[in-house]
Amino acid sequence: MPNIVVENLYHSYGAKPALQAIDLIIRPGFNVILGPNGAGKSTLFSLLTGILPAQKGQVRYDQQDIKTQRRSIMHRLGVVFQQPTLDLNLSVQQNLTYFGALHGITKVSVMRQCEPLLQSFGLAERLSDSTRSLNQGHRRRLEIIRALIHQPQFLLLDEATVGLDADTRQLVLNTLRDYVTVNDVTLLWTTHLMDEVQSNDALTLLHKGKIQAQGLTTDLLVQAQCNSVFDWYCSLTQTVEAM
Amino acid sequence: MTGWFTAFVAINQRELIRFWHNRSRLLSALVRPLLWLLVFAVGFRSVLGVSIMPPYETYILYQEYIVPGLCAMIVLFNSMQNSLSMVYDREMGSMKVLLMSPYPSSFLLFAKLFASAVLSLLQVLIFIALCFLVDVDISLTGIVLATPAIFMTAFFLGALGIILANFIKQLENFAGIMNFVIFPMFFMSSALYPLWKIRESSEWLYWICYYNPFTYGVELIRFALYQQLNSSALLVILSTTLACSIAALMTFRGHKHA
Repeated sequence: MPNIVVENLYHSYGAKPALQAIDLIIRPGFNVILGPNGAGKSTLFSLLTGILPAQKGQVRYDQQDIKTQRRSIMHRLGVVFQQPTLDLNLSVQQNLTYFGALHGITKVSVMRQCEPLLQSFGLAERLSDSTRSLNQGHRRRLEIIRALIHQPQFLLLDEATVGLDADTRQLVLNTLRDYVTVNDVTLLWTTHLMDEVQSNDALTLLHKGKIQAQGLTTDLLVQAQCNSVFDWYCSLTQTVEAM
Repeated sequence: MTGWFTAFVAINQRELIRFWHNRSRLLSALVRPLLWLLVFAVGFRSVLGVSIMPPYETYILYQEYIVPGLCAMIVLFNSMQNSLSMVYDREMGSMKVLLMSPYPSSFLLFAKLFASAVLSLLQVLIFIALCFLVDVDISLTGIVLATPAIFMTAFFLGALGIILANFIKQLENFAGIMNFVIFPMFFMSSALYPLWKIRESSEWLYWICYYNPFTYGVELIRFALYQQLNSSALLVILSTTLACSIAALMTFRGHKHA
């Protein structure tokens, strides 16, 4: 099973710890890391992608350590960063083919793979448009399509819906949930937006650099005797604040 | 192997597309040396006589003397421009896309340096073509032989640019690179005056020019344009290219963590 295993992960910026003793198993399906701004989500994301080297602890994809087997992992990892990463000097198609080529995939294969996603994301007619001319929502859709070009087993998306309107958010979430179900991939979704969490998601609450809770959303709500993710989130974060 | 080739071509293609989109860069890359050639050199040709010295077999006009230096100047500016676009990539996030590629950093760096060298070469060849219009006498064989010299110099300066990109935290800091790297490197070299001439005026300046690796890039191109090999210049450029490439690779890997 394509799992991501995080063991005793620690990272600090100077003397200030950003993440402490993070232990996580991310299994196939839709996994959500929920946390307020400054909780350490982006730091965790950077460690998971190898953008930041782990100061302590390990990140393994299917038993492969990101420190030593990065190349092999990158072949199977699709990433959407919070910060936009498109090349605005290239067209929509050029951005896709450039990314595909960086994974050794030819233009023909890239376009064949992208076609259905371009259709469902409403970008099929805009292939030759400059990326600069796309609005924020379309740029984000393009980044998501791009992350799927090499048919990754693992998908990491960091606050991928920030700044998008409600319709686009819903479209992105629904498309990705379908994709996960159909392709049996392991998707990690970091967010601070509670309405993006569904009852059957594997949910982790990250707050102040520590994992406060993890499990299936419905189980977590039952355990905490809460009716909604919002109540559950407030009760846990307030408990932490009070400590 | 096909995958490596696909990635290599894509990195080069992207640089060419970006260059094509920014045509003013080509224009300014050509205007700068042309101004030196048509204004500065014409003004100084009566003041500066260049005596017979290798690789020249006879007295030459100052205009002819500075052409190799101006070729190297184009390479220098293009390489620094590339370091600027690297900073831009880092700020705009597109550097992450490159770093998430499964191919090794050394390969990605080589592809980027190769692309930068191709762009430098293109600009130099256009400049040399324009030089024919002002009666600068360079043979076609010389141009062919100078191609690897220009390429090597471009690799050295490209690697240097990548090292510098690591120190430029914001695009706005590029002016500092102009003042502290490009201008001193260019002026304190044999690009505009022969070293013996500089020594006549200032011993300390001569030694700075002598130890400036850019001088050897200029001389390598100069000798190649006149169908000769300056082996000491070749040795210096090869060793500095190697040293700068290793340092560039280390800083390039560091871009991940920037």
